[in-house]
Amino acid sequence: MQGTVSAHDGGHDAHAHNPNLQHHFYSMEQQLEASTLGMWLFLVTEVMFFGGMFLAYLIYRVIYPEAWILGSNHLNVAMGALNTGVLICSSLTMALAVRAAQTSNRGAQIRYLLLTMAFGSVFLIVKYFEYAEKFEHHLVPGRHFDMTLPQAGQQQLFFSIYFMMTGIHAIHMIVGLGLMLVILTMAWRGRFSASYYTPIEMSGLYWHFVDIVWIFLFPLLYLLGAHYSAH
Amino acid sequence: MSDVSQPRNSYLDAPYGLASWLLTKDHKRIAMLYLISITIFFAIGGLFAAGIRLELLTPQGDLWTSDLYNKLFTLHGVVMIFFFLVPSIPATLGNFLMPIMIGAKDLAFPRINLISWYLYIIGATVTLAAVFTGGLDTGWTFYTPYSSVSSQTAVTTAAIGVFITGFSSILTGLNFIVTTHRMRAPGMTWFRLPLFVWSNYATSLVMILGTPVIAITVLLVAAERALGLGFFDPARGGDPVLFQHLFWFYSHPAVYIMILPGMGVISELVAAMARKQVFGYSFVAFSSLAIAILGFLVWGHHLFVSSQSIYAGLVFSIITMLVAIPSAVKTFNWTATLYRGSISWQSPTWWVVGFMGLFTIGGLTGVFLGTLGLNIHLTDTYFVVAHFHYIMVGGAIMAYMGGLHFWWPKMTGRMFSDAGSKTSAVLVFVGFNLTFFPQFVLGFMGMPRRYHAYPDEWQVLNVLSSCGAGVLALGYALPLVYLTYSLFRGAAAPANPWGAKGLEWTIPSPPTTYNFEAEVRVDEPAYNYKSTREVHVG
Ligand SMILES: [Cu+2]
Repeated sequence: MQGTVSAHDGGHDAHAHNPNLQHHFYSMEQQLEASTLGMWLFLVTEVMFFGGMFLAYLIYRVIYPEAWILGSNHLNVAMGALNTGVLICSSLTMALAVRAAQTSNRGAQIRYLLLTMAFGSVFLIVKYFEYAEKFEHHLVPGRHFDMTLPQAGQQQLFFSIYFMMTGIHAIHMIVGLGLMLVILTMAWRGRFSASYYTPIEMSGLYWHFVDIVWIFLFPLLYLLGAHYSAH
Repeated sequence: MSDVSQPRNSYLDAPYGLASWLLTKDHKRIAMLYLISITIFFAIGGLFAAGIRLELLTPQGDLWTSDLYNKLFTLHGVVMIFFFLVPSIPATLGNFLMPIMIGAKDLAFPRINLISWYLYIIGATVTLAAVFTGGLDTGWTFYTPYSSVSSQTAVTTAAIGVFITGFSSILTGLNFIVTTHRMRAPGMTWFRLPLFVWSNYATSLVMILGTPVIAITVLLVAAERALGLGFFDPARGGDPVLFQHLFWFYSHPAVYIMILPGMGVISELVAAMARKQVFGYSFVAFSSLAIAILGFLVWGHHLFVSSQSIYAGLVFSIITMLVAIPSAVKTFNWTATLYRGSISWQSPTWWVVGFMGLFTIGGLTGVFLGTLGLNIHLTDTYFVVAHFHYIMVGGAIMAYMGGLHFWWPKMTGRMFSDAGSKTSAVLVFVGFNLTFFPQFVLGFMGMPRRYHAYPDEWQVLNVLSSCGAGVLALGYALPLVYLTYSLFRGAAAPANPWGAKGLEWTIPSPPTTYNFEAEVRVDEPAYNYKSTREVHVG
């Protein structure tokens, strides 16, 4: 017989009921597994989302190698490298914050989350100065682009892709900082412990993903071809 | 026995009031919100279609200006595809049935489910704003450089609307996949899942893998227009064909987002109406996955004449033919299921039969178009228009209507007019063929799509087509009347009005908020009709 079987009060174990267990799940494990799978799937969609831009980058790089080298030489490798370091540190502190939740250490959670947010903010500030520099040098595509540059049209393509990729990455960073703020509030209220740390762990996955995108962006945009420069 | 009277505590009247609906996290209520929304957009898209068919009554472009005509066919496509067909079955029937069919209380992420509806509404509002602030004349395909450089219409706004709506689709897909993996009741193994779940699962894979690509693509177009960036601008060395690749990488698989759930509906209805297990269950299940995977490898058949290399064209042509295999597997297995079944000719069966006929024609003409040589002749003609309408309207909407009728008693707790439904199915079938069959002929004779004027000798076929559209509209309007009527005056539906198998038929109509009052345990395969032939309630 396919059908319903009467069981103890609607499937919940009254004695083992965790207040964080939502009504439609049967157990905390099921809830955690669902969240984890959901987060990974979301990251898959993010990979596809960035994938479209990486494809455009790749195709134009192959068609216009010189313009790509020229464009790449306008980027500030020192600032890019600094930001890479900052993000790697932020991933470390994020991982430590999750660890602190798993060990029910509220103080450490707050400390590491604040550090993560600090690193994230430093990244955005550095990015702001980089963008400002590009504006000053007329390297922003559109009407004000410096058309005296060699291969100005194709260099605009490079900078279009540069701004689109780093811009969308920066938006992801800003979303991440907002997420951290929510998580920080929850940590402040002592919501996370060894028995429940799903939100902080999921936010961590997101944060690491955004870092990893940058780990690809940095060499592709700043480093590849830069050694051809003669200055 | 299944005659359970309507429970007092059904999901429809649990807490009442507007706020309880707009803030609901119940998958069944969200399905209803979607049902109402997409019905409105179906009507809007239909109005645009009416504008097109009215203009084409006469050979001269005399009713609308050519600019307005461009906007009409563009908006017809955008509204019907992004705001009706893509969400249609998954967001309504899928939302309602996926958790129930696997014995769960809700989808894995109820809040995200509600967010997806709001994203749909926001995206739809933004797109409607585009309609009123200049319209859109790029065709639903947004081809560059026309869309990014030349068009004087509200392309940026419309692109952002489509972008936002894309995320509603992504979240639905994500929710379905996690739900199928993690929420199945004990005993509900993968090979006991109803085929509707399998096909929605395959659809969800396409949604989460394809939709982000169209999202970034339309965002690039919007950025090119609004911010002066250049991605597809030939003046700066950009490649407009790159846009076409990115666009069709989603938009071909999107065809399967629209038709796969319909195939799932047909599998359920065939089994219930023939009172037999679906023939070759696992083949039908895997053919959904095969279609989802192959669907990602054929986008180049939209670029046969877009300067794509001839070798790429050959490969894409061959892979396109391969899609016919899993589609045929389904069709033959449905036929084999019906063979020697004790077929009940209640109204859902009528929609199923209509689907089979129209989908077969649509699929076979797809093989014509996939053939490299023939495609050169038929590209951008009405043959293409007729072909995809046979798939999307004849296939997907026919299945959607069949499913809507089949599960209406479960969703609303009311029985509808069987005669009304049969009349509507016949009207739609006749009206549809009258509208679109002449378009195959027109296309073969060379009538290009997207023109508002044509030579005199094509008038007879065009008038036939426009008349058919009128009949078709009548066929779609009729259910609006008798289904609405049933809500107020319909007889109360028993738990299992069709004598069908499946978990959704074991609970009251309409279900209670948490679907199942007790823990669900499954210990038999899907469609186990053999064990209970006698249960059928007439
Ligand atoms: Cu296609």
